[in-house]
Amino acid sequence: MLGHTGVTVREAGPGDAVGGVLPRWVARPESVDEISVVLAACADADLAVVPAGGRSKLGWAAPPERADVLLDLSLMHDVLEHVAGDLVVRVQAGIPLARLAEILAKAGQELALDVPFPEATVGGTLAAPAPGPRAYRYGNARDLLIGVTVVLADGTVAKAGGKVVKNVAGYDLGKLFTGSYGTLGVIAEATFRLHPIAADRCWLTFECEGWEDAGVLMRSQLEPSAVEIDRPAVGMSMVAALFEGPAARERALVARELLGGGEVCAESPPWWGRPPGEPLHSLRCRVAPHIPDGVSVRGSLATGVYLASGPADLDAWRSELPGHARLVGLSGEVTGDRWGPNPSLPLMRRVKERFDPGRRMSPGRLAGGV
Amino acid sequence: MTVIDRLDALFPPDRVITDPVRLRTYECDGLTYHRATPMVVVLPETTEEIAAVVKVCAEFGVPFVARGSGTGLSGGALPRSDGVLIVTSRMRRIISIDLDQRRAVVEPGVTNLAITEAVRDRGYYYAPDPSSQQICSIGGNVAENSGGAHCLKYGFTVNHVLALEVVTPNGEIMEISEDDFGYDLLGAFVGSEGTLGIATKITVRLMRAPEAVTTLLAAFPNIEAGGQAVSAIVGAGIVPAAIEMMDALAIEAAEAAVACGYPPEAGAVLIVELDGPAAEVESQLAEVIAICVGTGSFEQRVAASADERAKIWKGRKSAFAAVGRISPAYIVQDGVVPRTSLGEVLAGIDALQVEFGIRVANVFHAGDGNLHPLVLFDDTAPGEGHRAEIVSGRILDLCILHGGSITGEHGVGVDKARYMPRMFTDADLDTMQRVRCAFDPGGRSNPGKVFPTPRLCGEVPRVRKGSPGEIF
Ligand SMILES: Cc1cc2nc3c(=O)[nH]c(=O)nc-3n(C[C@H](O)[C@H](O)[C@H](O)COP(=O)(O)OP(=O)(O)OC[C@H]3O[C@@H](n4cnc5c(N)ncnc54)[C@H](O)[C@@H]3O)c2cc1C
Repeated sequence: MLGHTGVTVREAGPGDAVGGVLPRWVARPESVDEISVVLAACADADLAVVPAGGRSKLGWAAPPERADVLLDLSLMHDVLEHVAGDLVVRVQAGIPLARLAEILAKAGQELALDVPFPEATVGGTLAAPAPGPRAYRYGNARDLLIGVTVVLADGTVAKAGGKVVKNVAGYDLGKLFTGSYGTLGVIAEATFRLHPIAADRCWLTFECEGWEDAGVLMRSQLEPSAVEIDRPAVGMSMVAALFEGPAARERALVARELLGGGEVCAESPPWWGRPPGEPLHSLRCRVAPHIPDGVSVRGSLATGVYLASGPADLDAWRSELPGHARLVGLSGEVTGDRWGPNPSLPLMRRVKERFDPGRRMSPGRLAGGV
Repeated sequence: MTVIDRLDALFPPDRVITDPVRLRTYECDGLTYHRATPMVVVLPETTEEIAAVVKVCAEFGVPFVARGSGTGLSGGALPRSDGVLIVTSRMRRIISIDLDQRRAVVEPGVTNLAITEAVRDRGYYYAPDPSSQQICSIGGNVAENSGGAHCLKYGFTVNHVLALEVVTPNGEIMEISEDDFGYDLLGAFVGSEGTLGIATKITVRLMRAPEAVTTLLAAFPNIEAGGQAVSAIVGAGIVPAAIEMMDALAIEAAEAAVACGYPPEAGAVLIVELDGPAAEVESQLAEVIAICVGTGSFEQRVAASADERAKIWKGRKSAFAAVGRISPAYIVQDGVVPRTSLGEVLAGIDALQVEFGIRVANVFHAGDGNLHPLVLFDDTAPGEGHRAEIVSGRILDLCILHGGSITGEHGVGVDKARYMPRMFTDADLDTMQRVRCAFDPGGRSNPGKVFPTPRLCGEVPRVRKGSPGEIF
């Protein structure tokens, strides 16, 4: 029994299912040590473990081959260290991003990630990253992450990076774990680089038919922080560009002139940074993509990273996309191959084998049974 | 058949070097006090040739080391006397440039600056700018995750590399890209110092040149006042493209070497560069000047032209070499501290100077707390080199004590492998070793670098089985 460790454990209920797979127990650790104890015990008994944060993306990617224990990190929700002068914060992985944002805002700072799901936690955002509009300017979760503490399938606690923004000592395990969907181990704590909240924000929005090319904006020197498109399944598309900083409004006005129209406004459009719906697909494509009937797309014209929604045969859709494009079924019903091509799969497999030889960490949630 | 016979069969004679005199060119990188003569040097021209060499190494169980331009400062490209040195200097083609997609694909031997030069007249550039950018290779930058003065705002190599073609230590050619769904293998490879394989094609992000750039040189009576200005600038929510600081000794050296004309009475100078849309830069410049004056700066110069900007930077960019003018020998240290600990750490370095009778010139990327103390010594004076090494090591201890890092951009290499256990536990290092074993189970790719005690990649542990009932 785990009683002597003090880790809270309960029987799992229907609400704890991961992509339709019902675990037997839910463990709720409150510290890195407790995570380690639980994982070591699971290793002894060959129990499969699925880590969970805000559960906003538990249904994403493939369901696990097996799941005995849902490792619920929601009790690990504290800010451990926030040194405003260093623009750095260290947190427990279970902290929801919305709560973290509130705390940082008091110091005029932010973790510059726009997450499409407000209940998402730091751990979930790293393990299952979702694109946000300002990734164009600030990068993705992996770019803002500067340190990490992880717990491996055998209970080993390891850290990498640190709490300084510039650091090249050792391998960057934090980046490795980004996108790992719980298959390498548990992300227990994370340290991020922060940004000052921009003095001003201003959006330029305009309507267009179908797909719009953001070339004019990207070739200008106006430095938008984001350029997003909302292309519904039927009807007109909208494009919105965000300008941040002391001269945000002036720049938005110049952009309007360049484009010959649009509306300048201090509020984001309602669809900004929100997922388009279910079923959800991840689309990466650097040119105007083919979009099947009934599918809506939202995302960044600046980075070519989108979320798409709607019924679609993924194989058929892929055949209409350029070779460099990537289309992956994230959630909801998937028709066709969920994954599509991934040239780095052989290396991913080798990493998985070294980190989790017993295949106990969220086995099978990624391509090729990883 | 020997390894050399096999390489001779694969390459024309001018691209396999075994002549001892010619081999000496490759004995060391920028860290010249570690030297070794490689068994053989090869100069491949294609990915396939690199893969072929690596396969020969695998077949014979021989280690290999990649080398770009050899400007590394941690002995990363130090050859193995029992191994093959694979030099990328003949792989200098820019394969493609796509300004619409703001990306370029280049071979590993292309110099950092050559990328910017290829697109500058069309208004684009490649952001990471190590001071060595005229010579260092992009492959070396990828291996070291190199930074530069402008990484405060724009990030490091890892934030600007979008995809790689790599030759794995088994000799397979693989692609890893930010577009891959799953583990961020690209992020793990960048900064791995040549220990996970060889990058043979690099896709980098190009950036649109900023509308306005302005460079300010502010002179302060002492380093504390300069440090306060840095904190106040950051505290005001300004993210300059660069904030660099030099102390009196570094200023003296730079003056002697390149006559940069910094105010001679300055105890410290700060170089602050702002870039971006003109309206933004203008308002921030006024704010930064006010902050500098408020924290005790007695002179401020704003570069009015590209020439003047270059002149301000000249002193800073030549600082490493310049200390050669005021000291027969020196160690370039590279450590990082949280910005808020800068004052304490600099005071600690002062104390070390007094304790050991060794002078230290300070040059640093103040915005991100990356220190480059230059530890000066006379290599002809008995014991001084040893004392300088102690001071250099103690500076790293100070960095670790304040929650910093033993290297911000020069890498661990051979030089700092022994310091890794001061920053990381055995469990941390063993976990990193799992990555190594996944990529390079034979331990042939740049062995002896980064990690203090290379472990063998043994059998993967067997799965243990038990009954769940015993636990819950
Ligand atoms: C005067 C001076 C100033 C410097 N300033 C800076 C600075 O501002 N910022 C900074 O970050 N660094 C700086 N450096 C350090 C150095 O220039 C960088 O580390 C640079 O990236 C090394 O590039 P290189 O081509 O010379 O690599 P090398 O020294 O040849 O090799 C460095 C490492 O990369 C590996 N490697 C090389 N090519 C490949 C490849 N294709 N695939 C895999 N591994 C490879 C090598 O095995 C070795 O481990 C400076 C050095 C000098 C001498």
